[in-house]
Amino acid sequence: MTTPSGPRRRLVPAYLATQGRTAAAGRHSLDRLSILHAAADLPAGLGGEHRQLWELVRPGALTVAEAAAHLRLPVSATVFIAADLAERGALKVRAPIPSAQPVNRDLAERLLSGLRALK
Amino acid sequence: MYLPATDPILMKLMVTGPFGVGKTTFVRSLSEIPTLHTEETMTAHGVPVDDISRTPGKTATTVAVDFGRLTLPAGDLVLYLFGTPGQRRFLPLWEDLARGALGALILADTRRLADAFDAMDLIEEAGLPYTVAVNRFPDTPPIELDKIRAALDLDPATPLIECDARERAGCLDALIALTEHVLDRLPQETAP
Repeated sequence: MTTPSGPRRRLVPAYLATQGRTAAAGRHSLDRLSILHAAADLPAGLGGEHRQLWELVRPGALTVAEAAAHLRLPVSATVFIAADLAERGALKVRAPIPSAQPVNRDLAERLLSGLRALK
Repeated sequence: MYLPATDPILMKLMVTGPFGVGKTTFVRSLSEIPTLHTEETMTAHGVPVDDISRTPGKTATTVAVDFGRLTLPAGDLVLYLFGTPGQRRFLPLWEDLARGALGALILADTRRLADAFDAMDLIEEAGLPYTVAVNRFPDTPPIELDKIRAALDLDPATPLIECDARERAGCLDALIALTEHVLDRLPQETAP
């Protein structure tokens, strides 16, 4: 599929990046297109991947998928770390489509006219 | 690199098909950012794991996902394109990846058309509307869409188009055809 441009294997296994936990903290429900943006200062005692993610989304917002790719972390690990940071108030999380509205004609029509405008 | 500060709505379309059919090229032709890459691990049972060495007897597959992003001119919508392999055995992972997606574009190669069946099965099981785009390679013989439609046994309502994954304009046309099809399949809203 892709020719990797550099080393792709992580040096730290994903289960260590999540400090051995297998469930995300709190009620933040995150998926690949949840939008992450740093909010407050990084709480004391958080380093490693937490700091990397927080620093990555400090200048601007990125989705979970983009953050995972930039940090070369699995999406699942990125979700855990982001939920952790959000729980401590260090990260704002926004859903890809506000108010969880289902895909509707209005959105699909806006997409269609946007794509046509790109031609 | 960062999302526009306009709080856009994010939408997702899948680009799928057999290995080497041009999914990454397609995504790259449209993406405003360098295409990004994640790897997702799936066991034979569809359970994502990070380390399978402690679970003898299980096999795991690493699935490469390439994706890109396209901000639409009004700035209030950002479209993500996820390029994922279209093998039916990836169904559990695929359903997870495709959650919330509007639809899927299947890329097909006329020289090995049968490989597209797997992706069609996968997407039909995932329940997404789809459009098939035949990727034109330099050595592709002339494309007769009628014959391809018959060979794929495509539903008459499913759009079938031709594109060159390296050319942005044709890729946009493919997404437009897919989005039109998505709209056809969405129920008409009743007046309030």
